[in-house]
Amino acid sequence: MKTNPNAKLDEDWKSLDGTMVLNIPFPEDWTDDELKRMKPIVVKFPYQVNYLHSYGQDSPWFAALSNGQLLGTRCKECGFTTANPKLACQECYTPNSTEWVKLPMEGKIHAFTVCYFGAEAFLDQTPFILGLVEFEGVDTLMLTRIVGLDPEEATLDWIGLEVKAKFTKLTQIKPTDVYFVPKS
Amino acid sequence: MARKKVYMVSGGVSKFTKSRQDRTFQAIVKESYDYALKDLKLPAKQVHEMIDGSTASYFSDHFTRQLMAGIMVQDYLGLTPRPSHRVEGGGATGGLNFQAAWREVASERMNLCVAYGFETMSHVNTWKGNEFIALASDISFDFPVGGFYSGYYAMMVTRHMKEFGTTPEQMAYVSVKNHRNAMYNPYAQKSAKLTVADVRNSPMVAWPLTRLDICVMSDGAATTLLADEDTAFQLTDNPIEITGVGTGTDAMRMADRPHKDVVLAPNEKAEDYVGDQFHGGKLKYPGIHSFRAGRTAGNMAYKMAGITNPLKELSFVELHDAYTSSELQTIEDLALAKYGDAGKFMESGAAFMPNIDYGLDFTGEQGTLPINPSGGLIACGHPVGATGLMQAVFAFWQLQGSQPRHFQAMGMDAEKAKVLQLEDPHKGAIHSHAGTGTYVTVSILERPKGQELEFRR
Ligand SMILES: [Zn+2]
Repeated sequence: MKTNPNAKLDEDWKSLDGTMVLNIPFPEDWTDDELKRMKPIVVKFPYQVNYLHSYGQDSPWFAALSNGQLLGTRCKECGFTTANPKLACQECYTPNSTEWVKLPMEGKIHAFTVCYFGAEAFLDQTPFILGLVEFEGVDTLMLTRIVGLDPEEATLDWIGLEVKAKFTKLTQIKPTDVYFVPKS
Repeated sequence: MARKKVYMVSGGVSKFTKSRQDRTFQAIVKESYDYALKDLKLPAKQVHEMIDGSTASYFSDHFTRQLMAGIMVQDYLGLTPRPSHRVEGGGATGGLNFQAAWREVASERMNLCVAYGFETMSHVNTWKGNEFIALASDISFDFPVGGFYSGYYAMMVTRHMKEFGTTPEQMAYVSVKNHRNAMYNPYAQKSAKLTVADVRNSPMVAWPLTRLDICVMSDGAATTLLADEDTAFQLTDNPIEITGVGTGTDAMRMADRPHKDVVLAPNEKAEDYVGDQFHGGKLKYPGIHSFRAGRTAGNMAYKMAGITNPLKELSFVELHDAYTSSELQTIEDLALAKYGDAGKFMESGAAFMPNIDYGLDFTGEQGTLPINPSGGLIACGHPVGATGLMQAVFAFWQLQGSQPRHFQAMGMDAEKAKVLQLEDPHKGAIHSHAGTGTYVTVSILERPKGQELEFRR
């Protein structure tokens, strides 16, 4: 029998942080009924991966954010203007009709919420304010974090509030590189 | 367009629970499959042989950590080598699957098709589960900012509140109703006698939505069996016809949706949405306050079923209430109330069961169009790939008049088991909804004229 000299099963198990169970009780003279009543065996293991995500044709939007600028796209044919990039016009279906445009640095809160819970990745940031910002002359909204309002004082009066873009000092090349604060 | 008539002939649900570690997903599906097959005139074994093929629904490969899970169900059920395929579309996965099975029969490719669906969401903790679900939002632009579906829905409802004056208390009515109805549904995962104050005082999740405004995650499965007319009456004396099927879509990112003119329902006029009550003198649509996909699906299903006044013609609706707010939004999309009026519609009592005391004072007649008589997702749970099929099963039992028998089979006493059975249901709508309103399905189920309700026999 050929063996793999590099195999080190014990170590591999340890590196997976799994629990090694050495001895699961099992009756010698079992009955069918006993086995069907057996409690389920549940195994637990970590599940992680480094994943390469490309922003593809939208990459300039993120490059602009990293340099303190907001970009959107506009259709030269029908004028539909989006706050997040769409390099294909959804409204008129004209091929190759969109161009990059600068977005205003100020807008208004169109809708918001205060998140007290969230996905695991954001739990340590709660409570945080999520908002959708509307810009003059832009047909779609931008999802963003709103900073500088007291989460405990949430009120519908925040809708319509004028806000301006601020950029994080260190870029993470994520949409959270920009956030909005009250204008005054 | 000439189409073959399609009937639902039976259904089964494995009771949704927080965690089903005692069974793998294949075995959970089999529970609902076996139940559906034994509820017919012919022996289950014979029905199993008659099935031409299947359609399978499950939403998240992250939850299963198993690709090709559908074929594992297919072989566990003993349906290989018959045709099958997977259907997936976020929260609407189950509803889309129901319609996929409908197509198999309507197209005459199959005479008898089984649609089964499942989700097992208990493999990870709630926060990780929320993250898995949020992967169904754009991972370039939305997930990194919010990463939380409840947050997305909360933003939609703050806009609905601003636009129309809808209140959190009106949303709470939905929670009171659905949790209360569920006390008479032995399949429900949760049930409770609540007050509006209970809902509002529950822990805040995403302002203004509290924990009691939001459905929970579940493990579970459901099965529906669809047949052409000849096969249907061979299998049962009271099949239910599927008379309307509609599907709509909208942009993945709610931020990307336009702000234009309302897509009108058959019972609406353009003038309905012009006036000083709207910001800027005219309602901008869909924006983020409404679901254009839901309106599109509803209109399509109503047209096919010949429904022009859904509020009058439908006997009940089972709709996708993942959030109390989305029940209100959907009531408007389905043209049961004008855009902006769902809050008042809820206060009127129309959407409640006629025969249950909810401890609420209504402004109108109670129970004229019960919405989510089963308790909906909020109470029954939401194992995504099974949810839309579960709605179909509850609607089917309701229209058959067989609901009391099925509820008794779950151990509920006879008196309690008939509370949710409507007196004389003719037509029901089921509505399944994905993402922030990305894929939406509406299907109309109808009791054939002259067909007696089972509980009257
Ligand atoms: Zn265009």
